[in-house]
Amino acid sequence: MAFLILRRLVQTALILLGVAAITFLLLYALPADPARMIAGRSATAQTVANIRRELGLDQPLLVQFWAYLQGIVHGDLGRSYAQKTDVGALIAARIPATLLLMAAGILVEVVLGLTLGIMAALRRGGPVDRVVMMASFVGVSAPQFVVALLLLYIFAVTLGWLPMSGFGTAAHVVLPAATLGILGAGWYARMVRSAMIDVLNQDYVRTARAKGLSSARIVLRHALPNALLPIIAMIGIDIGQFMGGVVVVEAVYGWPGIGQLAWQAIQQVDIPIIMGVTLVSALAIVLGNLIADIIAPLIDPRIRAQ
Amino acid sequence: MFKRWLRNTSIATLMALAPLPSFAQDTPRQGGDIIVTYKDDIATLDPAIGYDWVNWSMIKSLYSRLMDYEPGTANLVPSLAETFGVSDDGLTYTFKLRKGVKFTNGREVVASDVKYSIERAVNPKTQGPGAGFFGSIKGYEEVTGSKTTTLEGVETPDDATVIFHLSRPDATFLHVLAINFASVVPHEAVEAAGGDFGKKPVGSGTFMLKDWTIGQRLVFERNPDYFVKDMPHIDKFTVEVGQEPLVALLRLQKGEVDIAGDGIPPAKFLEIKNSPDGPNMIVDGQQLHTGYVTLNTRVKPLDNVKVRQALNMAVNKDRITRILNGRATAANQPLPPLMPGYDKSYTGYAYDVEKAKALLAEAGFPDGFETVLYSTNTDPQPRIAQAIQQDLAAVGVKAEVRALAQANVIAAGGTEGEAPMIWSGGMAWIADFPDPSNFYGPILGCSGAVAGGWNWSWYCNPDIDKRAVAADSMSDPAKVAERSGTWGKIFTDIMADAPWIPVINERRVVAKSLRMGGADNIYIDPTRVINYDAIYVKQ
Amino acid sequence: MRVLKAMLRQPAALFGLIVVFAVLAMAIAAPLIAPYDPDNQMFDGLTLEGAPMPPSSQFLLGTDTLGRDLFSRLLFGARTSLVIGLVANGIAVAVGLFVGILSGYLRGIVGALLMRFTDLMMAFPALLLAIVLAALLRPSLWIVAMVIALVNWVQVARIVYTETRGLVERDFILAERSLGAGHFRILFVHILPHLMPTAIVWGTLGIATTVLLEATLSFLGIGVQPPQPSWGNIIFESQSYFQAAPWLVFFPGAIILLTALSFNLVGDALRDILDPTQRGRG
Repeated sequence: MAFLILRRLVQTALILLGVAAITFLLLYALPADPARMIAGRSATAQTVANIRRELGLDQPLLVQFWAYLQGIVHGDLGRSYAQKTDVGALIAARIPATLLLMAAGILVEVVLGLTLGIMAALRRGGPVDRVVMMASFVGVSAPQFVVALLLLYIFAVTLGWLPMSGFGTAAHVVLPAATLGILGAGWYARMVRSAMIDVLNQDYVRTARAKGLSSARIVLRHALPNALLPIIAMIGIDIGQFMGGVVVVEAVYGWPGIGQLAWQAIQQVDIPIIMGVTLVSALAIVLGNLIADIIAPLIDPRIRAQ
Repeated sequence: MFKRWLRNTSIATLMALAPLPSFAQDTPRQGGDIIVTYKDDIATLDPAIGYDWVNWSMIKSLYSRLMDYEPGTANLVPSLAETFGVSDDGLTYTFKLRKGVKFTNGREVVASDVKYSIERAVNPKTQGPGAGFFGSIKGYEEVTGSKTTTLEGVETPDDATVIFHLSRPDATFLHVLAINFASVVPHEAVEAAGGDFGKKPVGSGTFMLKDWTIGQRLVFERNPDYFVKDMPHIDKFTVEVGQEPLVALLRLQKGEVDIAGDGIPPAKFLEIKNSPDGPNMIVDGQQLHTGYVTLNTRVKPLDNVKVRQALNMAVNKDRITRILNGRATAANQPLPPLMPGYDKSYTGYAYDVEKAKALLAEAGFPDGFETVLYSTNTDPQPRIAQAIQQDLAAVGVKAEVRALAQANVIAAGGTEGEAPMIWSGGMAWIADFPDPSNFYGPILGCSGAVAGGWNWSWYCNPDIDKRAVAADSMSDPAKVAERSGTWGKIFTDIMADAPWIPVINERRVVAKSLRMGGADNIYIDPTRVINYDAIYVKQ
Repeated sequence: MRVLKAMLRQPAALFGLIVVFAVLAMAIAAPLIAPYDPDNQMFDGLTLEGAPMPPSSQFLLGTDTLGRDLFSRLLFGARTSLVIGLVANGIAVAVGLFVGILSGYLRGIVGALLMRFTDLMMAFPALLLAIVLAALLRPSLWIVAMVIALVNWVQVARIVYTETRGLVERDFILAERSLGAGHFRILFVHILPHLMPTAIVWGTLGIATTVLLEATLSFLGIGVQPPQPSWGNIIFESQSYFQAAPWLVFFPGAIILLTALSFNLVGDALRDILDPTQRGRG
């Protein structure tokens, strides 16, 4: 097991290197000039050329990439072009909020999705099932921005139960997490429902049922563990997506997450920040998947660790 | 040597003691703290680097400069300087510094700080965007060429005197000393910050930065030692960043926010405007802004002046102002109405579909042609581009709209032969300082018509360029009116070549809470957007 | 024929079928049905203050913020959005299924390589790729479809991979294998049917999300450019108007929901009919 994990960690490093290389290449191919963006409107051609030289953008691509890699090895993500400050510090300042929202959002998704999915699977074809199915489609068809604003309008503006914007107390995380959870729970509910039904149709579950085991016991002992497999894979995916930033929800609730940083950097072609955020979220995605792959055999011992 | 010492001015002090007419409605009250919101994070507070409209006004308040403007107006007044004089040939400027002004770190501001700060702004190592503004100071080329780091043309004979020697007369030089890039910074604080001065600013302005929680908020507190009495009025302002404009407005309506810095999004404008509190919450004022479509004079068939004139007649500007809910007025020349030199009598190209078609036919395009119209991708710019597209279609010109991220549009504009037409919305020219010359060089002059430049029409008329240089050499203060007239004529003459379609002059809209006081023009200050020094809390 | 008959007997499936056909028919016949040119910014389509018009007899579903008829735009937008929702999403699910099943089933180097490649793709910033493509290529509907497929298949592959790993160890597969069944038979006859519920969930929920994703890509300059309508960009352009002009968000939202839901009903019914032992799942 230790060897397997070690091997995966080496693979992770290789994947990150790949992501860094491709991203660097893409940014270089982008027909937009970071020096021009910093220089702004009034700058003379000479000022732009000077800025380009100071940033090292006149160097060959490979030289730039090599310098970047050397920095990374020393834990230095470089300095932002526009903000002229350490990218690592900018990202680190936003990590706590990003992690908190990620955890809270996934928690809501999973709890809501599991509950609804199990209910729907146990009463398949019934009214509960139909409502859950319908709701899951409403969730994925609704534009995030509108849902976020509606929730804000109802619970913060009209009822005044929750703060409208910001970060700091537990109350602040409720609305953003609820928005993400409500919108994403549809996926979980549908996945749980279909996996559960698949399991409930299995011979061994039928046998268990025939032996007179109670429904609750069957669900908890046999059906649920199997349904958990795709859920864990889903969580692995979500970790990556949330770490990359949830731009819309962060913007509506004034949440100081990584998404807004990335979005602004993309607009300004602030390459060091884009690279930094990409690497951090890539790391999260790979680790998320790694954890999913490690947990899977623990839940379903028949799966051999690969 | 200096025959005309202009004014022994303490206008700045007078101004604070005796209320200006624009303040006459009620006297500013001291005290209070307020909350201001913005969507984008504050990039930097380093005056040599910061160059966006959000940090612009904060940098204004954090630092002081030799020259400044009366709040809410475009009138230059000495600020850190007590007096100044200009030599007859317009090549030497001498400033006497105000005594006893202190940086917020406690040290007194001396002449060498001024020299250091401007040299820092010009030095390529700083990577500052504003170096070019100081191009008329002697020795500029040597510094930008990295041959030296000291400007030969800035002299500090004693702690209270700064003398600038120019290599050519520059009528805008006093404005240049009032822009942010000329802010005075203490070298020891810059060095101590180790490259992070933008996050740890120290100045001698009305406010100082107390706290900065990255990605969340910045807290500014009044500078108790500021050299003008009773300035600023508020004790503290907190800038909350990352705030969606729609939510900021909801918070403002609830009383949680005092100024929604991004203004009122189009979706909410009519609702607020027509609400009972609307008139007291909205500040709606003119700014030095013109929105235009560039017509690339180096791309066929726009290289034909008749085609460009025809397109000027094809655009229904009144419909565009209606799409903007009346938050703009139709424009007919490059200069905005508030700018000195704006020609009120000039009528430009009136909207006339038939005449446009006739001109196109005359130019050899009776059936129109196909072209591309670039635009940025944030609302309402793509909508305006589509309105223009429909107008052009009415005269037979099929323009494909390409709505892209700003950086890509800017890159396309600065690549020769790339973008036939660009709708400037979202990147439109807002003057750096209230002088007509600022609307020429980078965007209509030959120097801007280069790769990576901002002259997206690639318009270059050597004749006009000569006249522009001549106008900028008229640095004699007695000739201010004559100079404005000269500039006005330059712009209306440019319109004969029609490198632009001037479309609208957009007004700025700021939303403020009911408790905020002060005249409208300090919320939409022509030189600094929101004037944090002059706003105050009522009651 | 048998399939169709069986379908017509189930009310839910029948409903889904009708909606799917109606949407397809409207997309194809859009020029005949639409009361106005979808791109025409009409003078009387805006109030004097420049606000969009609510639904009325003149404009059935109201107008948008440029004074264009919403109903006409939804009809024409169906063409774009169906291509995105069906083609792009279809490719994504198919590729994801294929890669996921192979990497979950195959042991050793090949399986591991496939999965690490998936990890790489997943870790890769899709948004950035879209922006670069937008700037380099001449944006077109098919390029958007390609980009969306490129972005979305990895997630399907991840889920399918995990599920396949679970299935491979189940008794019936082990039994099949000990009986000497070939890989091909095991993969496609025994494992694939068990993955159909997942495929249907992603295939149908994915319709809604990809239609909205297309709007994001349009915003980045890749994909359909204004004034060409799509359901996604109709919502996207006007979402901040949800209070001032709720019809601009509600109608396109409802149509996306209805279309995705209907495809799901049809998909469920199809699977039930084709595989009676799986009845009721999905």
